[in-house]
Amino acid sequence: MGEPDGARGRSLIGESVLRLEDRPLLVGEGRFLADISFDGEVHLRVVRSDVAHGVLRGVDLDDARAGEGVVAAWSAEEVAHVPAIEFRMTGFDELRPYCQRILASEYVRYVGDPVAVVIAEDPYLAEDAAELAFVDIEPLDAVLEASSPESVAPLTLETSYGDTDAAFEAAHRVVELHAAVGRHSGVPLETRGLLAFPRPDGVLELHGIAKVPHYNCATIAAMLDLQPGQVVGREGHVGGGFGIRGELYPEDVLVTYAALRLQRPVKWVEDRREHLVAANHSREQSYRVRAAVDERGVVQALDAEFFHDQGGYVRTHGATVPNLSVALLPGPYLIPSYRVRGNIRLTNKTPAGTYRSPGRFESTFVRERLLDRVATELDLEPVEVRRRNLIPTEAMPFDRGVSTLGTPLVYDSGDYHRLLERLVDHIGYVALRESLAQRRRQGEMVGLGIGMFVEKSGLGPFDDVRVRRLDDGGVEVVTGAASVGQGMETAIAQICADVLGVDYTDVSVRHGQTDMIGRGMGAFASRVTVMTGVAVYMAASELAATGEPAEATFNTDHMTYPYGAHAAVVRVDAGTGGVTVERFVVAYDVGRAVNPMLVEGQIIGGVAQGIGGTLLELFSYDPDGQPLATSFMDYLMPTVAEQPHVEVLLSEDAPSPLNPLGLKGAGEGGTTACGAAIASAIDDAIGRPGAVTTLPATPELVRSLLRN
Amino acid sequence: MTEISPADEAVPVVLRVNGTDRRIAAEPRRTLADALREDCGLTGTHLGCEHGVCGACTVLLDGEPVRSCLLFAVQAQGAEIRTVEGLADDDGTLHPLQEAFWRHHGLQCGFCTPGFLMLSAGVLETRPDIGDEELREALSSNLCRCTGYQTIVEAVRSVRDAAGA
Ligand code: FES
Ligand code: FES
Repeated sequence: MGEPDGARGRSLIGESVLRLEDRPLLVGEGRFLADISFDGEVHLRVVRSDVAHGVLRGVDLDDARAGEGVVAAWSAEEVAHVPAIEFRMTGFDELRPYCQRILASEYVRYVGDPVAVVIAEDPYLAEDAAELAFVDIEPLDAVLEASSPESVAPLTLETSYGDTDAAFEAAHRVVELHAAVGRHSGVPLETRGLLAFPRPDGVLELHGIAKVPHYNCATIAAMLDLQPGQVVGREGHVGGGFGIRGELYPEDVLVTYAALRLQRPVKWVEDRREHLVAANHSREQSYRVRAAVDERGVVQALDAEFFHDQGGYVRTHGATVPNLSVALLPGPYLIPSYRVRGNIRLTNKTPAGTYRSPGRFESTFVRERLLDRVATELDLEPVEVRRRNLIPTEAMPFDRGVSTLGTPLVYDSGDYHRLLERLVDHIGYVALRESLAQRRRQGEMVGLGIGMFVEKSGLGPFDDVRVRRLDDGGVEVVTGAASVGQGMETAIAQICADVLGVDYTDVSVRHGQTDMIGRGMGAFASRVTVMTGVAVYMAASELAATGEPAEATFNTDHMTYPYGAHAAVVRVDAGTGGVTVERFVVAYDVGRAVNPMLVEGQIIGGVAQGIGGTLLELFSYDPDGQPLATSFMDYLMPTVAEQPHVEVLLSEDAPSPLNPLGLKGAGEGGTTACGAAIASAIDDAIGRPGAVTTLPATPELVRSLLRN
Repeated sequence: MTEISPADEAVPVVLRVNGTDRRIAAEPRRTLADALREDCGLTGTHLGCEHGVCGACTVLLDGEPVRSCLLFAVQAQGAEIRTVEGLADDDGTLHPLQEAFWRHHGLQCGFCTPGFLMLSAGVLETRPDIGDEELREALSSNLCRCTGYQTIVEAVRSVRDAAGA
């Protein structure tokens, strides 16, 4: 690992330097939320509905209050003045009536819905006392199917471009597909938690805050009628984000409220069962799609409708996930006309939000399954169908004619053909198919699948950065971004050090401390390396020029669009239906990689999560809406035994023209086409083109395919 | 042993952790993980599930990797307990496994790391020439949600290979 020194003519951007973050984490000195405590702290336990849908007749907390060490116990009336939790993104008035209040009153809408809190001197005692809460619920029928007429239907997202009807009339062939992705989520290894510390000066310090500290502190302050600066975020170590951590949840407001009211530090550490029923779920969407195809297999029109299972409430993400599905379903292909209806439906499950590659994992699965079906029906090679449909590089920047997350969807740069050919060359497509065919002739069930996709990254609108030299010769960067364990400190330090010609280890990056910088957007949507990276580049350039402490803001209205292709080789066990991923290749263009080692780490980790959602992970429910995956015995995440060696082909063909460093974000592209590629490989292995239309492809599902 | 104390009444417990005796008072129902974290202040041992699956809480008990969330503190009396805090030398020199995890980018968020370090330490100390397949199998007892395991396996292998070289 090299001599980092931009001043010596060698750019530090692009070097796989070792991480600045690691030492405390290696020696057991991490400061995760549960590791922090304050004198006199009390512990909060949430009492949750154990019924999926019902009328909440009452909550009797008398016995709980009489429990040993209990300090307080409250139900909804105590917090009736606190408004429901607003959207952070992609809000719609139609969805507002379904926002979640911090404690349920009148109705409960999923198993896990918070109905009361108990606060005690010790976490064991808080848990004991919570058991004594009597929650009187009259059960109602639970709605568990988003497409059923009983589900609440607040909003349908519709968009279109081109003349879809005409294209279907003129079609050589119409290819149809029903496909669905199961409910699963980020499930970071550290559960959620929060510690609110009321300082003598009237400020409330929040430890355990993550992802969007500025937004969360300001929003909690507003919800509790406090001054904007009265709630301060102290980001510590964060045990994985993946979209779900750091959103504003009822528990965050409850803990802060309790600290304010009791004037004592209040700590809440979620347990795993709670996490699996209370933190955001994601992914569950079911699609019907039709493609109008010409003689050559070129898709002239795509007509799609899907149902998005939002669960019991609409949370901070509003319509973000279905909005992204709507916009990115056409992916890397030209598809001259398109029409889509995305139905957001409420059911009696845990509310949903984003999870790594939101809306893209789902829509990529469906689109790539559809292209595979086109290949089958027209008797073409799957790769050839993709070649014929990809957007050519001459068409860049490519305006898709739709918007997402409030910005027009314009692919900023890309050479999709080149990336596909790189993948094809790397795996030795023709020879590999031949060798798999040979193995099949010998009785093995093995197959190859590929999937392509466009990702999105670098969501604006701004990032601020301050840079100054310290007396000890070091450099300090202050940013309003956040870290969720992805290595952002190192990447930001590299960019800064590169500009200033110092060692990256001399740069300290301060983030997630809301009183150090006026505003900040946080860490989501693969935005930090792009937005904060460019802002630090600007500020450090100014510092280099003037010698004075510098501030810079990077503004952008547009996102950047990295793109990729996945290839999977799988083996199916004819007896058990179990699927083993033998080989997995990710070709991914990130414009420019600040630290290839970190980018590869993101990709490989993303693949593991993609494999989880493709083969293992599922929040299943019984007919009454009781969740069946409430421990790691039932919610199965990949271990090393399920994870293949991942080959990463990192490409930098298409730097983003939208920022001076050419950066695109790299956080999500390991996950995006896992479902698509593995499903296709399973089809190939069992010799049943188009067989896999639902994820996860559990052994049970694959066995049923083998029997039919 | 004449009387059995109730589960929620603290009893004196001596834990020998990283070579030092720690005298604490713990209810019989207190897990070893909670005793290490809350009573001994050794918060490097993490809790990811508290039901014995994720392995974030792995410590060595007389050299064997165990899940400290599944043991009661009282059960660990008399045993030699080792946690991640005891891995590096007193002068701060990292243990070869810690060094290797750093060099191979074997951690992202770092939450699973102490568990993987202790698991690997236990495995390599008892089976220094463990084969690749068995090593993967051993490492499959812990969960990591960030890395996809590839760099963790590379890190542990590199330490095995360097020791055998
Ligand atoms: S916390 Fe002990 S195994 Fe998960
Ligand atoms: S590094 Fe985050 S769980 Fe392993």
